[in-house]
Amino acid sequence: MTRQRGTVEDSETGATALGSTDRLFDFFGRHRSVAIMAAMLLVAIALPLIVLAPPFSGFNTQGVWIDNFNGAGIYVLLALGLNVVVGLAGLLDLGYAAFFAIGAYTYGLLASSFYGIHVPFWPMLIVGALVAALFGIALGAPTLRLRGDYLAIVTLGFGEIVPVVFTNSDALTNGTNGISGVDRPSLPGIIFGASNPVPFYVTMVVMLTIVLILLYRLQDSRLGRAWMAIREDELAAASSGVNTITTKLLAFALGATTSGLAGVFAASRLVFVSPDQFGFTVSFTILAMVVLGGMGNIWGVAIGAFVVFIVQSVVLKQLTNFLQPLNIPFLSSIDFLQYQFLLFGIALVAMMLLRPEGLFPSSRRRRELHTAQGDDLSSPQESAEPLT
Amino acid sequence: MTFRILRLALIAAGALVISWLLMIGLTWLGTRSESFSNVVATGTAQYFSALTIGAIYALIALGYTMVYGIIELINFAHGDVFMVGAFVAYLIFTSLGFGGAIKSIPLLIGILLLGFLVTMVVLGVLGAAIERFAYRPLRNAPRLAPLITAIGVSFILQNVVQVLISNSPVPSPQLVSLEYRFTLLGASVPLLNLLIFLVAVVLMIALQVFVGGTRLGRAMRSTAQDREAAQLMGVNINATIAITFFIGSALAGAAGLIYGLYKGNIVFNLGFDAGLKAFTAAVLGGIGNTVGAALGGFAIGFIEVAAVTTGLSRWQEALVFSVLILVLVFRPAGILGQQIGERA
Repeated sequence: MTRQRGTVEDSETGATALGSTDRLFDFFGRHRSVAIMAAMLLVAIALPLIVLAPPFSGFNTQGVWIDNFNGAGIYVLLALGLNVVVGLAGLLDLGYAAFFAIGAYTYGLLASSFYGIHVPFWPMLIVGALVAALFGIALGAPTLRLRGDYLAIVTLGFGEIVPVVFTNSDALTNGTNGISGVDRPSLPGIIFGASNPVPFYVTMVVMLTIVLILLYRLQDSRLGRAWMAIREDELAAASSGVNTITTKLLAFALGATTSGLAGVFAASRLVFVSPDQFGFTVSFTILAMVVLGGMGNIWGVAIGAFVVFIVQSVVLKQLTNFLQPLNIPFLSSIDFLQYQFLLFGIALVAMMLLRPEGLFPSSRRRRELHTAQGDDLSSPQESAEPLT
Repeated sequence: MTFRILRLALIAAGALVISWLLMIGLTWLGTRSESFSNVVATGTAQYFSALTIGAIYALIALGYTMVYGIIELINFAHGDVFMVGAFVAYLIFTSLGFGGAIKSIPLLIGILLLGFLVTMVVLGVLGAAIERFAYRPLRNAPRLAPLITAIGVSFILQNVVQVLISNSPVPSPQLVSLEYRFTLLGASVPLLNLLIFLVAVVLMIALQVFVGGTRLGRAMRSTAQDREAAQLMGVNINATIAITFFIGSALAGAAGLIYGLYKGNIVFNLGFDAGLKAFTAAVLGGIGNTVGAALGGFAIGFIEVAAVTTGLSRWQEALVFSVLILVLVFRPAGILGQQIGERA
């Protein structure tokens, strides 16, 4: 998409006629990975500074905010992974939290005193992701030939079974009580702790940057185009030579990988894993994030996940705390946290009815959903993609 | 027509006897040390609770299967419609001042009939309204779109009940006293179980007669087969789909009322689990097939109770969902369904 803007003629004429900002955009257009790194660096530095400013500093201290950002980062990772499955390949996965659970438990079991095994965090990131990917393939292999809505139900069933298995295998996973005392990551000279969320923050930013670069490259690769072809018309894709089973399986595995990464990070951040952290509400929350952000658009999904998480875990809580002492008749008695799922529900329905492409749609998806209006396919909508 | 009903009745009777024997056998497996008469008694008692739970699932499954049959949508909110049914019945009974068992039989029958009537009409209207506002505008959208609105509607229903009524389980009035019992083969079974089973069967037969024998039923079947052709033959598609939602939701409402009577305890999120299991039942029986859905419902009830008798009660859910996954993988058309090709 953006590469076309960076053709030789373009940059040559651009260099003479356009200013330095345009040249910067031109450079980033050609070097997407550098652009992502720059954007992430900017965001990573800006976020902790913004929360020092008045409206935000009133809610929480900077440390709590950074900890909230770490939590949000986990959901951004999860949403990015689910976006590959739902947004790019068009497979509705309603049990996505299962892979999150598998990643978290892999780390919880292999890096705690429960079995007395203490594998370090850094290799476990990869192990957790791989184990989750294996489960993704194991679930996907028999079920991916099912039609879309059947697949949704099977994944929902899988998402229900996984926590049940972790709950019931007392001897293996300590049942409902879960595993406590999970190891924190360690690096010489740096302390990862509950009171010191900055190292976690840096780790999360690095992980997100890598994942974003990989996802962008994948999206524009042959595989990414195959996913979108399947999403738009599976039959046509198959007859154009796309191996639909392998392609869908790769989407599943890749989504699970990201989820596994998030799981390992989450387990080490909370130093605790238990089955009730991975119920269907988690799967549905992630789905809501993907849908609201704009299925198929990587930045849109990331922003969607971040905003939804912050609204859910900070804004609603603060709104309740803020309104309660004011003694406004009706408003003060509302516990806004209670309405979280009502808001999700209304948002999902409204979004599908009014703006099915999400808040930050991918241009391709928007065209697909608005074909009735006879959109001009060559219109240069791509340039409207937000970068930060 | 008569032949078909006769054959169905024969199959049903056969299935009832076989599943009974099976349940006794499973009970024997679960409690090997007990005497034979004890095993028969426990097995029979368990069998009747399986029939009751199965009847509830079957009634919910009918709604799934009818809606899927006609617009190919997994109505994700259907389980929550069932939950709303339980709460509507609860509100009716408590607002009339009945919090517990009713002693006078005529009054009991009157109240129950009134409860069923009001709950079913309210829920039917709710179902048709959901269709009108959340699904109809998306009828020609990509398939994911209505599925996602269905999830949204499910959230909304749950949260509204949670906020308006209660966050925690609510004791629902058990109007039919559990003291009314009958004894069969040494097992003392509450009459309520039999009553629930009979109500469910009556509703199912009524549905069969309606779908098979009336003008509206014929419109429903033709819309399910080929929407455009039906429209060309003068069928009002929108009205037919609305009526399908009305009937399906009314049945779910009846199931909700029954659930409240039977369990004596309702909570705002009970629809998720029940809905998923009922969906499993619909798939098991062959989605789109009403007889299959009923059969599947009873089968799921049976599996659940059998899991308890064989000492696997903690694995109940996992067992049901494993059945779902296995059926979908190996026989996606279900027991009674026909293989349908992929529709673009």
